[in-house]
Amino acid sequence: MSLTINQTKTFPMGGVHPDENKFTADKPIQRLETPGEVAIPISQHIGAPAKPIVEQREKVKIGQVIASSGGFVSANIHASISGIVAKIDKVMDSTGYKRDAIIIKAGKDEQEWAEGIDLSPELVTTISLDQEGIIKKIAEAGIVGLGGATFPSHVKLSVPKGKSAEFLILNGVECEPYLTADHRLMVEKSAEIVVGAKILMKALGVTKTIIGIENNKPDAIQKMAELVATEVGMSVQPLKVQYPQGGEKQLIRAAIQREVPSGGLPIDVGAVVHNVGTAFAVYEAVQKNKPLIERVVTVTGKDIKNPSNFLVRIGTPVGELIEAAGGIPENTGKVISGGPMMGKALNAVDIPIAKGTSGILLIPNEESRRGKMKACIRCSQCVTVCPMGLEPYLLMTLTQKEYFERLESDKVMDCIECGSCSFTCPSDRPLLDYIRLGKKTVASLIRERNN
Amino acid sequence: MSTPFLTVSPSPHIHSDASVQKLMYGVIIAMIPAMAVSFYVFGIGALFVTLLSVVSCVVVEFALSKYLLKKEPTIVDGSAVITGILLAFNVPSNLPWWAVIIGSIVAIGIGKSAFGGLGNNPFNPALVGRVFLLISFPVQMTSWPVPFVSRFQFLDATTGATPLGELKEGISAGSPVSDLMSEVPSYLYLLAGGMAGSVGEISALALIVGFLYMLWKKIVTWHTPVAMLASIVVFSGMLWMIDPTRFVDPVFHLLTGGIMLGALFMATDYVTSPMTHKGMLIYGAGIGILTIVIRTWGAYPEGVSFAILIMNGVVPLMNKYIKPKRFGIK
Repeated sequence: MSLTINQTKTFPMGGVHPDENKFTADKPIQRLETPGEVAIPISQHIGAPAKPIVEQREKVKIGQVIASSGGFVSANIHASISGIVAKIDKVMDSTGYKRDAIIIKAGKDEQEWAEGIDLSPELVTTISLDQEGIIKKIAEAGIVGLGGATFPSHVKLSVPKGKSAEFLILNGVECEPYLTADHRLMVEKSAEIVVGAKILMKALGVTKTIIGIENNKPDAIQKMAELVATEVGMSVQPLKVQYPQGGEKQLIRAAIQREVPSGGLPIDVGAVVHNVGTAFAVYEAVQKNKPLIERVVTVTGKDIKNPSNFLVRIGTPVGELIEAAGGIPENTGKVISGGPMMGKALNAVDIPIAKGTSGILLIPNEESRRGKMKACIRCSQCVTVCPMGLEPYLLMTLTQKEYFERLESDKVMDCIECGSCSFTCPSDRPLLDYIRLGKKTVASLIRERNN
Repeated sequence: MSTPFLTVSPSPHIHSDASVQKLMYGVIIAMIPAMAVSFYVFGIGALFVTLLSVVSCVVVEFALSKYLLKKEPTIVDGSAVITGILLAFNVPSNLPWWAVIIGSIVAIGIGKSAFGGLGNNPFNPALVGRVFLLISFPVQMTSWPVPFVSRFQFLDATTGATPLGELKEGISAGSPVSDLMSEVPSYLYLLAGGMAGSVGEISALALIVGFLYMLWKKIVTWHTPVAMLASIVVFSGMLWMIDPTRFVDPVFHLLTGGIMLGALFMATDYVTSPMTHKGMLIYGAGIGILTIVIRTWGAYPEGVSFAILIMNGVVPLMNKYIKPKRFGIK
């Protein structure tokens, strides 16, 4: 087993350690009852929205494509329940905007699956498809980065000319407090994840895979390490519990000691990173012909009755998950899609679960408001905790003063928006809010200059 | 299902339990050992000066922010209390009450509020007050009560010279350092705090204990003090090796005067020190070298205050040009 290797590997600078609060670490994944109605947004990924290919009143089966990829950087969308397309309408999603979604009402009959989907639980280990076939299959199955970034996976697997991939890095870090979806998946579906990794290796043409897992998940490390012990070129890398260990650049640095250059991509240092959840989805798509119609979502919070890990159909309303976990506590002040450090606050609970929803976190009233902003006391904590070596206090001031040229030369575009600065600031200054504003303007200035 | 009213804001949605108040109170706790030693060694004089200085700093801060700046007073953050304690730490324990009050007004009024209050002052407020007093009232500011002698007297305390003062006078009179050293207490005695000097500077040991507490609580980092003390050892050590009859050894430097107080509590002031670790190292080293230069060739026997204030002036420049190591940039 590869557990004897250095267990305190981590990224080189910055980082914070919020309370972990992983209440659901030991809760097995439960399948949530199929909902009576789902609203499936056609834009659940980075890139062009998918184009609906079904009509109102049309009958659909589970796993049937209902909106097809709108370009190379885009993804197919599938029906997650069988029934009738009620309408195609604007529905609020986690961004807070109303955007197009396909609403399906379950029929009275038994749920019906599209043909050719293997629903048996047997593990299929022989990979029969070739490189091209795998990438095509993954694209067809609508797989996107399930860690939350939702970048279409087939794009990441198509290595651009002139670059070459050397390492596949599987991200099982799950450094966000509260969330345990990836953790449970690694414990319960380890064999499938390993086959998924092998499929990804074949697609990329790499011979080395490193699975990065934070040290607070010893059971997952144990399980994965046992399985990969007999595999060639695969290893598990336990990592120090430190946020944002699961940031792509931080993980690559910790796993293979290479720094993705400023403005560059992981492939520039020969690495491709996929989430363990994505690897599982890849297994299901390639070996079982099952498209991405469901995912694991952690529903948690300090006051919720039964914090749980649910296997949920895409498009299920958030409220149904909360109900299944014991209902919304009265003192709930905030509902977050994702983790507490990078998740999005929702303004309603009727929005649908999307491919990128890794958790639903309920935050009580007393923790949902920010502290009053005070003067910067120049304690330099924000500089110390920044994992990208930036100066958040300065970027905030430069944004306020609209010094965009200096913002760019002080590397505002390198910010990964992990929130460590705002989390740490003793004066409760909204550092990241301002940095996001600054980034947005600088990004548009750069675009203008390049055109 | 009824939904409660939901708050929506950008991430992050949680916050560490750090606050300005907590940090400041941590610094105050760290100063307790040095305070205790000063009360023990100098008696009621130290107690009186410390209390008066704290009260007047707090009153001045409150009055200025409420009536002049028309801002909500920020007394609860504890920064005025720290300035008060540090000002008291930097003056003799028999300083007349009016001088303490003047020092507080200058420290808070000119050193801090004039620049816009906490976070905006380029110079260490307590040191601005201290240097103002030193230049304006040199007699009162350099009459040092002898340790342990008149602990229950205040105004007519028996006074004597500090080790640094004796050394300076002796060297300028032409005596070799070895003769002068026989007149100062042993190093162990100096370490514990048995020397004449300002209220809070005498016990290196108590200051180190307080500093370790701040390190443990992650209130400050080691960079500035270590750079400052190391540069003092290296620089004064070089001079001492060149001519031990004219220059005193590094250990004497470390244990006398305000070097420990300066390195551990004054130079580590957040507002007036650099924002990067690299900057802190240069800043600390600069203070150390300037201190030895002033002690050795300057008109004053002690130079820590001036050295820190001079380096305070360079901090904005350092923040502009000394950048942290960026991720992904060689």
